[in-house]
Formats: sequence, C-alpha cells, structure tokens
Amino acid sequence: MSDRKIYADATAALDGILTNGMTLMSGGFGLCGIPETLIEAVKVAGVKGLTVISNNAGVDGIGLGVLLESKQISTMVSSYVGENKMFAEQYLNGDLEVVFTPQGTLSEQIRAGGAGIPAFYTKTGVGTLVAEGKEVKNFDGEDYVMERGLTADVALVHAYMADKEGNLVFRKTARNFNPMMATAGRITVAEVEHLVEPGEIDPDHIVVPGVYVQRIVHVPNPVKHIEQRTTRTRNQVA
Amino acid sequence: MAWTREQMAQRAAQELQDGFYVNLGIGIPTLVSNYIPEGMEIQLQSENGMLGMGPFPYEGEEDADLINAGKQTVTELPTTSYFSNADSFAMIRGGHINLSILGAMQVAQNGDLANWMIPGKMVKGMGGAMDLVAGVKKVIIVMEHTAKGEPKLLKTCNLPLTGKGVVDMVITDMAVFKFEKDGETNMKLIQLADGVTLDDVKEATEAEFDVAL
Repeated sequence: MSDRKIYADATAALDGILTNGMTLMSGGFGLCGIPETLIEAVKVAGVKGLTVISNNAGVDGIGLGVLLESKQISTMVSSYVGENKMFAEQYLNGDLEVVFTPQGTLSEQIRAGGAGIPAFYTKTGVGTLVAEGKEVKNFDGEDYVMERGLTADVALVHAYMADKEGNLVFRKTARNFNPMMATAGRITVAEVEHLVEPGEIDPDHIVVPGVYVQRIVHVPNPVKHIEQRTTRTRNQVA
Repeated sequence: MAWTREQMAQRAAQELQDGFYVNLGIGIPTLVSNYIPEGMEIQLQSENGMLGMGPFPYEGEEDADLINAGKQTVTELPTTSYFSNADSFAMIRGGHINLSILGAMQVAQNGDLANWMIPGKMVKGMGGAMDLVAGVKKVIIVMEHTAKGEPKLLKTCNLPLTGKGVVDMVITDMAVFKFEKDGETNMKLIQLADGVTLDDVKEATEAEFDVAL
C-alpha cells in the first residue's frame, strides 16, 4: 500500500487546496471530535472570507474560535453557537453572517449532499422562521419543508483511527458530524489519532470507507477538551 | 405552595413507560432521569449520537470523547450504541423515539412552542429542538408557570416558534395541562400542584383552557 494519502503534518495536508471565500466543513460536536490540528493549520494558511459549516463554533481560543479570532470566517452555518464570546461580538456588529439550521436538518443536508441528493423534505421547522422562503409540500396530509443538500470544497474531519487507504473508525460520541462531512467534501482531509496498515482494521468495523478520504494526517495523542466536566461521587447512587 | 424543580421532574417521570426510548432536554428535564421507577427499562437518547446514556462519570474517569448533547461528560451502559448525528436524527425524525421532555419560553393554547430565540437578544441557535418536537411521538414541556410574573402559557406565542401544534403536555410548578391536538378545545387542566388552587392557575395563565381535574 502506498502512502499517497498520507501527509507529514496538517499544513502539508492542506497545501494547495485552501482559497479565499471557499466553503469548509468542520466536524465535531462542541469540542468533541473536532479536527483541531487542521483548524490551526487553516489559521496559519490565512485564507479569509470562509463559509464554515459546523454544528458549533468552538469556544474562545479553541477549535473554530481560533478562526473567528483571526476574522477568517464570514459565514457560519450552525445549529448552536452559545459558548463563544468572540462569536457573539462579531455576530452582533454584523461582521459575521450566521445561518441557523436545526441540527437534524443540518446533518441530513450534509448526508444528502455527500450522497448526491440536491434536496429533501422534512417536517422540522414547518411554520417557523426556518421555513420562510422555502417550498412547503403536503405529503399524506402533513406539511414538509424542502431543504437543500450541502457540500463543501474541503471537509475537515477527526477520526480515532485510519488505515493508509483512508478507512476511518471513530470513538464514542466523537463520531457525531464527522462521517457525513467526510462524504460531503470535494476534498476530505482527516486528522487521525492512530494510523495503521490496511488490514489492521476489521473491515466490518469501518464506518467511513476510504473512497471519501483524500488526505490523512497522523496526530497522535491530541489534547482533548471538555466543555462541561460533570461527575458523581463514589457514594452516590447512580 | 407549588412544586419544586425536583417535584416537576418527578411528575414528568410518571409519564415514562417501560421500554420507552426518551430524549431529555437541558435543565429540569435532565432531572427526570433521577426518578425513573425501579425495574422500568428506559433508554436515554443523546442527540449528538448515543443511545443508552449512563450517569455522569466518577471523578477522574471523565472521557472527552463521551459527552451528551449538553456537552457534559457522561458514561456508557451495556446497552449503549454510538452513531452519527445523521443517524441520530433519522431516529428522531422517523418517529422511533417515544418521548421528548423539553423546557420552553412560551406555549400557546393550540400547542405551539417557542423555546429558541428572543428577537433583539443574542441568538444561540435552536440546536436539535425543532427536529425533536417535529419528530418525537410525544412532547412534554416542563417549565416555570410564569417568567418574572408574566404568564408563559398564552393564547398565541409572541416569540418565534420552535414548532406548530407540537406540545402534548405541559408540567409547570403550578399545574399539569394536556393538549388534545384534534379536539374542539386544545388545552385541558388535568392536575393542580400541591397547595395551588384553580383560581391561582387562572390568575397566572393567559391561555384559555378547560378544567378536567
């Protein structure tokens, strides 16, 4: 197996594919399963006017918060952005456009985009601001709103393990948006905690087949962040 | 007088049924998991991508890769499964989740729900709330009866909606209401909280409702 998909570091993995005004997808939920090393490399590359599709926008100084700080993002497509002061500031003074999208609609838009489906109908958001200006159609007595599939120029994802073919495996809830985004990027770049030879992952356990992944960067032992550290004490009954 | 947050959660837990798959929102709804009757099998769904959510971890055992939709560290159970966010909302939108318990800013007498934005204030986003109320079979709202003395149960919501005609039941600190989506009247008072009178409820409610105590 050649190493043609393997890049030495995140900057190399993004070389030649970033442009001003492009659309990026970035995996993760909160700070869980975000492609943090690749996001840092986007900052170093300095591209501006980005449209970023991501469920959340990081927090100040971590994840997409870094690209907000450097004012590289002009539009965010997200379902929830509550934890970021920088975000609030730029949104309120008009520097940042935000397309609020219901979470399930967002993940289905990305799934559909990756699967070559330009639009679909959903009950979510009927009769709300979200449906304004969109086609509403009645099926079997119920109203549904039409939503478009989404793709991106580049998708950045985080996986627990990859083989050199680009087959991906995720860990626990760090899976979240990463699998669909991998399918919806014209170029998908994966940062992975463990990189193994083909054959070392049981083919039955592969979540994202390598066809969707064009570039891989190995990031062993990444620092992982916890937004809300909640615990119980030993003597407490579950 | 009136129910505490714990008592509201306890009342909501009475709506659980054996074998239910349940999604709990942030705030008082989260407390419902403390009152699942013994011997009842309930699987909690967390919409980021997990079914069979366990309690918070012991100190020192937190795992950054294992969080709930409120971004809190949680644990897994023998029944746990993980899946993508698209699969998670396929489960929700497809009607496979039995019950969703959520908070609210306003509920109207026709079952309209507003719980995601206040115009003119910083909007954080709707997260998964619009998908949950559109897709889950039964939607229970647990909320304070009033906000700063103003009723939250209204004739019509004046905040932007999360869903139209989606609420099945409202549990407040003062009372419990049922919504008959296909009936002549939409909203019915079915229970008063301890020490609360019908007049108290009428005083604190703008919505018109039938009394079926």
